[in-house]
Amino acid sequence: MYAQMIKTASTGVKSDEDMSDLERQFQARIDAGEKIEPKDWMPEDYRATLIRQMGQHAHSEIVGTLPEGNWVTRAPTLERKAILLAKVQDEAGHGLYLYCAAETLGVTRDEITEMLLDGRMKYSSIFNYPSLNWADIGAIGWLVDGAAIMNQVPLQRTSYGPYSRAMVRICKEESFHQRQGYDAIRACAEGTDAQKKMAQDALNRFWYPSLMMFGPPDSDSVHSAQSMAWKIKINTNDELRQKFVDQTVPQAEYLGLTVPDENLKWNDETGQYDFSQPDWGEFFDVVKGNGPCNVDRLADRNKAWDDGAWVRDGMMAHARKKAAAKIAAE
Amino acid sequence: MNNEWPLWEVFIRGQHGMSHRHVGSLHATDAEMAIKNARDVYTRRNEGVSIWVVEAVNITASSPSDKGPMYEPSESKVYRHPTFFDIPDEVGAM
Amino acid sequence: MTQQEALFQFLLRMGDNTLILGHRTSEWCGVAPVLEEDIALANTALDFIGQTQFWLGYAGEVEGKGQDADRLAFHRDAWDFRNLLLCEMPIGDFGQTIMRQFLFDAWHSIYIARLLKSSDPRVSEIAEKASKEVAYHLERSAETVVALGDGTEESHSRMQKALDYLYPYVGEMFLADDVDAAMVSAGIAPDPTALRDEYDALVQKVLDEATLTVPGNRFAQKGGKNGAMHTEHLGHLLCSMQWLQRVYPDGNW
Repeated sequence: MYAQMIKTASTGVKSDEDMSDLERQFQARIDAGEKIEPKDWMPEDYRATLIRQMGQHAHSEIVGTLPEGNWVTRAPTLERKAILLAKVQDEAGHGLYLYCAAETLGVTRDEITEMLLDGRMKYSSIFNYPSLNWADIGAIGWLVDGAAIMNQVPLQRTSYGPYSRAMVRICKEESFHQRQGYDAIRACAEGTDAQKKMAQDALNRFWYPSLMMFGPPDSDSVHSAQSMAWKIKINTNDELRQKFVDQTVPQAEYLGLTVPDENLKWNDETGQYDFSQPDWGEFFDVVKGNGPCNVDRLADRNKAWDDGAWVRDGMMAHARKKAAAKIAAE
Repeated sequence: MNNEWPLWEVFIRGQHGMSHRHVGSLHATDAEMAIKNARDVYTRRNEGVSIWVVEAVNITASSPSDKGPMYEPSESKVYRHPTFFDIPDEVGAM
Repeated sequence: MTQQEALFQFLLRMGDNTLILGHRTSEWCGVAPVLEEDIALANTALDFIGQTQFWLGYAGEVEGKGQDADRLAFHRDAWDFRNLLLCEMPIGDFGQTIMRQFLFDAWHSIYIARLLKSSDPRVSEIAEKASKEVAYHLERSAETVVALGDGTEESHSRMQKALDYLYPYVGEMFLADDVDAAMVSAGIAPDPTALRDEYDALVQKVLDEATLTVPGNRFAQKGGKNGAMHTEHLGHLLCSMQWLQRVYPDGNW
């Protein structure tokens, strides 16, 4: 889940009688499963919340290229390098689709990019953790993309048309990501003792941060209700987290890896796994900017943006000159 | 001066002779670059054989409030749809 | 030098060019000036990795010592690499990256076109596949060089600086040695010295349009394609690229 703790730009769900006629019609369209399109009337709060959510989602894709890009030049075989590069390239593409979808709501990509760069907008907490050994690349694909898919599949049904269409495209490409990750960590888990150690180390470090991706427990989530009524959030944080654990534990067992949770056990009554919550104090620290990589990640994004300014300006200047010359010639 | 590259809408025709279909958007300084960027961004998995791009500001869209007058008249012309007509089974496929 | 050894050397040259330049290009992953460019650079790098697998794969077969493309890529030291020095130069700023790409693409497109008619069917087959990719690389890098050369004062001066810095590494592409002679007489590959005029014309045309000045000094730095003397940069590149394979030689990735 790349959009965490999206603060809904309103105070709770409006009751039917509190809504204006336009709002009531709007809600009725959503309830009927209609898609909202860019030129349709929409409540300002819906627009603002969506910009935040899609922006954060897009930023996460972009910042997410950094921990994986960190291993592109050190990938162990030509094939792994090609796969990883193609995967990270897809993430950049996903960021691009989502920025474009957000642009239909009247912000420009440069505007929301600047909000990321100066810290006004966030990205997923998971990308503030470092990628330290090669098996981390496997763990990121398997766990992080796995968690993201949990959230993104239902978001294909989200109420905002451009967002929904971007998610359809993204989901088509995502399953490659999770599979390549599982394949990479599996090669380590089935490899030499040193490789096994890498795989277990990666799982140890990425397990709880992956669980955090779904956001705080429902009991502490104050922003969900309105977003769910608007169908820009489809499932609750706890539902998705549980689903993720149930799906992932057998995959870890297959690899012969140990999930770092003493309390993890199958519960026959509920038909689900019982598991330990991540350290939510740590989560809030990371969100506040105190994660292991927050400072470096933002610095890297800022550097890329600043270093690229002359390129963006130069190419634009050339296009303007070319257009002017064409008009002069006509 | 605002130097943000303009937004372009991308339409791609796939292998199977279908019409060009809107696949998404991107930024580029001019049409030639938009075509190239579309090739790099939207055909990474062999999705297309032909690309159209148009600058987003040049698209005129119908207004949602016209939705009734624009589309409802066609809804009433049910006879345009082949299923409107009952063809006896004995006649065979038509 | 036997014909087999010469062919092996020739294939290493082709494969090491794409391996090393592809590696350099991949260093841009996630930090390019604009998203669309990030994605485009990744495509270029992916093309190069693919070409490397073909060239080095065939090289290993010709050598006949059981080395596959990965073994050749990750287990040779700098003195065994046969890439042009141009390919191993650092990425620098985006201008230096795209100028190098253009200077290489221009040569690559001319060279690969000749390989289509190679007497060695494997070589012509690989060239056939690569030629479409190479044509696109050249189109894209040439247009970018033109845009940035012509763009703003700053972009112009950065591109001129990149050209001045890299131009001494152009000459190596047109030097011939025993390996080339053996390839020419077997009809496998062209004589590099015969390609310079075509190259100069192509490069001049693009750089004119980019309002950039081709340096008058044609002194050529050399030692990459025959392995006699690489730059210091190659060793650092290999340190990252080969690290995992070298530290964990028994690993199966």
